[in-house]
This record gives sequence, structure tokens and C-alpha cells, in this order.
Amino acid sequence: MFDLYRRLSGALGSSSPDDDEARPDGGVVSERSAPDPGPESEPGPLARVGSAVDRRLGSDFFESSLFWLPPFLLMALFVYGAIIWNLLISLTDYRGFANAPDYGNLDFGMYSRALADPGFIDAAVNTLILLVAFTGATLAVGLVLAILIDRGIRFENAFRTIYLLPMSLSFVVTAQFWLWMYNFNNGIVNLFLGTFGIGPISFLGNQTIVLWAIIFALMWQFSGYAMVVYLAGLRAIPTEHYEAAQVDGASTLKMYWRVIIPQLKGATISAAVVLMVFGMKAFDFLYSLVGGYRPPNGADILATKMVREAYANLNWAYGAAIAIVLFGMALAVIGPYLVYEYRRNNL
Amino acid sequence: MSDAEIRRTNELTRAARLRRSVEQTTPSEVALYVVLLVMAGFYLVPIESGLVTSIKTNTAIIQTAPYAPPGAGGATLEKWQTAIDALLRGMGNSLLYAVPATVISAALGSVTAYGLTMPTWKQAYKAPLIALIVAGIFIPYQAVLVPLTQFWSQWVQLAQHLSFVWAIGVPDDYAGIIELVVTHVAYGLPICTLLFRTYYKTMSTEMIESARLDGASLRRVYRRIVLPLSGPMFAVVLIYQFTQIWNDLLFTLVLVSTESSPAAPVVLILAGLGSSLEGQDFALRMAGAFFAALPTLAVYIFFGDEFAEGVSA
Repeated sequence: MFDLYRRLSGALGSSSPDDDEARPDGGVVSERSAPDPGPESEPGPLARVGSAVDRRLGSDFFESSLFWLPPFLLMALFVYGAIIWNLLISLTDYRGFANAPDYGNLDFGMYSRALADPGFIDAAVNTLILLVAFTGATLAVGLVLAILIDRGIRFENAFRTIYLLPMSLSFVVTAQFWLWMYNFNNGIVNLFLGTFGIGPISFLGNQTIVLWAIIFALMWQFSGYAMVVYLAGLRAIPTEHYEAAQVDGASTLKMYWRVIIPQLKGATISAAVVLMVFGMKAFDFLYSLVGGYRPPNGADILATKMVREAYANLNWAYGAAIAIVLFGMALAVIGPYLVYEYRRNNL
Repeated sequence: MSDAEIRRTNELTRAARLRRSVEQTTPSEVALYVVLLVMAGFYLVPIESGLVTSIKTNTAIIQTAPYAPPGAGGATLEKWQTAIDALLRGMGNSLLYAVPATVISAALGSVTAYGLTMPTWKQAYKAPLIALIVAGIFIPYQAVLVPLTQFWSQWVQLAQHLSFVWAIGVPDDYAGIIELVVTHVAYGLPICTLLFRTYYKTMSTEMIESARLDGASLRRVYRRIVLPLSGPMFAVVLIYQFTQIWNDLLFTLVLVSTESSPAAPVVLILAGLGSSLEGQDFALRMAGAFFAALPTLAVYIFFGDEFAEGVSA
């Protein structure tokens, strides 16, 4: 009890010399002192409540709220406020040039419309394919690169810099590069395949391969990222584990498969979550590929369909409903991840 | 390698060392370097091909291989000229929102992370707040776009409130730039906070605790102890945020909307560059892509380590 009082009065007393400029946290200080009478006076009911609040939240709760609360509220308004608002809009019939949706008449009409829309189903399936294939391929390439780079090679920095380079580029920029790579007549991909007698293939015009071509391009852009994450994971593994495996006579391949890769679970999970989110954001890439809202046939994903419905067709409520579905997908990935991180005490 | 071995290596002449290292290179090491080089080629080919294509004439594009440099007479800087003419104003506009948004979100992220890391209050109550912040990093922005449009166009209506600015001759599209700054700060806050938090968690608490016992306020501790030690992390966060904000297309598309707008950012103009009814002008596209990527490329080349740290955290 005495310690609590000392800390409280110390914090209060010291805030005065700091008060040379007007402090916007006057309310905070009084809030802090309000439950304070406890320590000096007889421990009445009020004091017990006051110290209980402090014990509960920690002695610095109110003073520190000045630091985190305003930015947190700004973020919460724009993220969670907007998502709730979006949910509300998705229940209206808002479309066209009207200034605001009519909130008086809410129903799930937009969701049943989505289920009946073959374009929506296609986009949802494409989104899932993109997420799974892109994340899997990127993680695999990243892991192989990280293991190769971790073999104590020379020029490690140069290789790492080159592998991560595409990640620093905008989707808008890389889309231009891949448009040229996939060009039917002069593209390098077709030129390369031509030396094996394959093609030429119209990668962006063929409905069955366009999605895979895009996944490949995205993999190119982000495998460097997976490599960096895995490299950090590999460097955290004690060398004794390698040595122990070698003493046991395990081959290099076996050592990685049995001993090292299982220890990269944490790195895999966090990289996979981030990559899936990048995959859901592939809108920028698809938009830039065609310079418009309509991606190549066969490559429509929920992210592009949502923006097209809302901003090109002015079906605001329908767009909002698609966005909620996309958000649900993201939540299905992030939710378990956050629980996992919380259990590991990582938050 | 033992000490004796290292000493012996140091005594060898340069040539001898080279010969030795060549002799010691096993076939598997050769294979390793070959694979690494092939992969380096894989990452560089689209970029290299773009670079040589950007300086080719229209005939050279058809006649030379896409990865080969233009032959004599096939090289021209004309496309770069056109691209720079088209994109220069966009570069200015992009800087106009990317720089303030980067600085503000980094500063706020540092303050938020400090408030959620150093002061002593219960982890059980911090954790949900931090979970909400971390989740904020991962939400697909599509889920907030329609409300965002409503918010800026119907509720805030910056374009009307700032009429005194437009009166002095600034096109009122520049309201979009201010909207972009606020929007990017709000959505950049979670990642900035997380990056600073991972850094502050590793910071030694002894100095801070003793300062607190001596009666220093949280504000004083931040200003005198935490902020001066945050330098390296500020570099990481500023670089990461700048790259993200500069590269983002979605918000610019929704808030500024047309590439013909005087306030159009560079990514928005680039997305529509080089495509016309007659076909696609790839040289122009490549030149534009490189020009638009120059700031982020420069940042990456000079601060590659900080960038790697930012993305891997």
C-alpha cells in the first residue's frame, strides 16, 4: 500500500516541473488522483474501490493512456468503425448517385444476391486458389533460398539484396514488368519456353492459365520476403542442433527435414499470414495489369470484384457485402493467428 | 577453423589463397553457387528486361530479343522523356502525401508503442488492445472502402471547408492529398506500433524503472530516455512506411479517382500509362515504371538492411 502511494505521489509531483507548456491531459491527472484518497485516509469503501481499480489495471494505466489512447482511437475509428459501418451499408440497397444509403430498410438481400451471382462464386474460388497456391509456392521457394543462403556462402549480402529487391517495388511497377514478360510475341517467358519447343502461350488471354501466371508473378515478388523471415528463423536455431544431427549420421537432406524445418513453425505461420494478406491485396497488381477495373478473364478475385462493383458499377451496397465476405476470409486467417500469438505470450 | 589455421591462411599470398579456395571448392559447393546465381537471374530478369526495353525504339523492340540491349541506332531516350513529362507532376503529388504521412505515422506509432509497452499496467488488459492493433495490420482495405468514401465525401467534405485554400489558386483536387495523408496515417498506425513495440520490448527497463522511482513522469521518460534510443527503429519504420505508402494504389484510386486530376499521384498515372487504342507502348510503360520506382529503389539500395528488418518483423 505504501509503495503504491509513493509511486502515485511521485508521478503526480514530478509532472509539475514538466508542465511548462499547457498539458492536454488535465483530465487524466484528475482521473488518476480521484481514486487516490485511499492510502492516506482510513480504508473506507471508496478507497478500497480506488486501489482495487489501480491494482487491477496497473499503476500507470491512466497516465499512459495519454500516449496510446488518441492514436488507438484514430485507428479504431478508421478500421473497426469503418468495418461496422461497412456491414451496415451492406445491409442496405445503396446504389447509384445517391449521397447516402437509406439505413431504414435493412436486409440480407445483397448476400443472397452474391450467392446467386456466378461471377461472385468464381471470384471467391479464384481468391481461395490464389491464397493457397501463392502462399504455398512462396513459402517453399523462400525456405529453399533461406537454407541455401544460410550455408555460409560468400557474397551473402549481395544475394539477399537481389532476392528481396522485387518486394520493394510497387504492384503497379511489377505489373508493367510482367505484362512485358508474358507478352505473346516478344515476352521472355515465351522466348524461354520456345527453346524447349513449347508455345507461344497467351498467358494473360487464356482463362485457364491466367490465374497461375499471376500467382507466379506474385511469387516472384514476395519469395524474397519469405526468405528473410525464414533466414531469421534459421539463425535463431542453435548450432548444436545441426551438430547433433550430423553426429547421429543424418544426411543433410534428412537433417533439414527432421530437425531444422520443424523448428521453423513459428516463422512459417507468421510468414504465411502476411503472405495471405498480400494475396488478398493483389488488387493493385490486377488493376495495373489492364489499367482498369476489369481484370483478365479468369483472374477475377473478390478484391477486384468488390472495387469494380462499388466504384465502376456504383453498386455500393453489393460491393460492401463482397467486402464483408473478404473480411470474413481474412478474419479466418488472422483470428487463429492472434490466438496463437497470445498463447505464446507474444502480443 | 582453428586459430592456427586462420593464422596460416593470413600468411598466404593472395594468389595462393585464391588457388587454395578454388581447390577446396567441392562439386556440391559449385552446384550451390550455380543455383544461387540462377535464382538471382530469375529475380533480376524482369527488371533487366524492363530496363533495356525502356531505351529501345519501337522497331528495336520487335527486332531485338527482350533481354538484349538495343543495337546501335535502336537506342533512344525519347520514351524516358515522355514518361518523365507524364509522371513528374505525379511524383510531386506523391511526395506531398507520402512524406507527411510517413513521418506522422512513425511518430504516432512510437508514442503508442511506448504507452503500451513500458508503463506498468496489466498485461491481461494490454493484450486485447494489442490484438486489435495487430489485427488492424491485416484487414483487407476493401472492407473499409465504401465507408471511407462516404466519410470523406459526405461527412467531412474537406473540399468545401478549405475553400480559402482553393481561392488562392490551388486546385480543389488537392483535398484528396490531405485525405490521403490522414487515411495512410490511420491505416499505417498498426504496423508502426507493432514495429516499435517489438523494439521497445527488448529495451533495458532498468534505467526507466530507476527514473520512474526518482519521480520522472512518463512523458519525461519518453523524451529523455526512450525517444533518443529509438533512432535505429525510426529508420526502419520510416523506410517501411514510405515504401508502403508510395507503392499503394488502392487508396489513391478511391480518394483521388482520376489520373487526369491535377492531384493524381504517380502510381495512378502509371497504371494507365502506355495503353491506348493502337496497342501497348511497352517501352513507355517500362520507362514510366522505372521512373515511378526510383524513390523506392533508391531507398532500398541505400537502406536495404533497414528495409529487410522492417518487412521481417
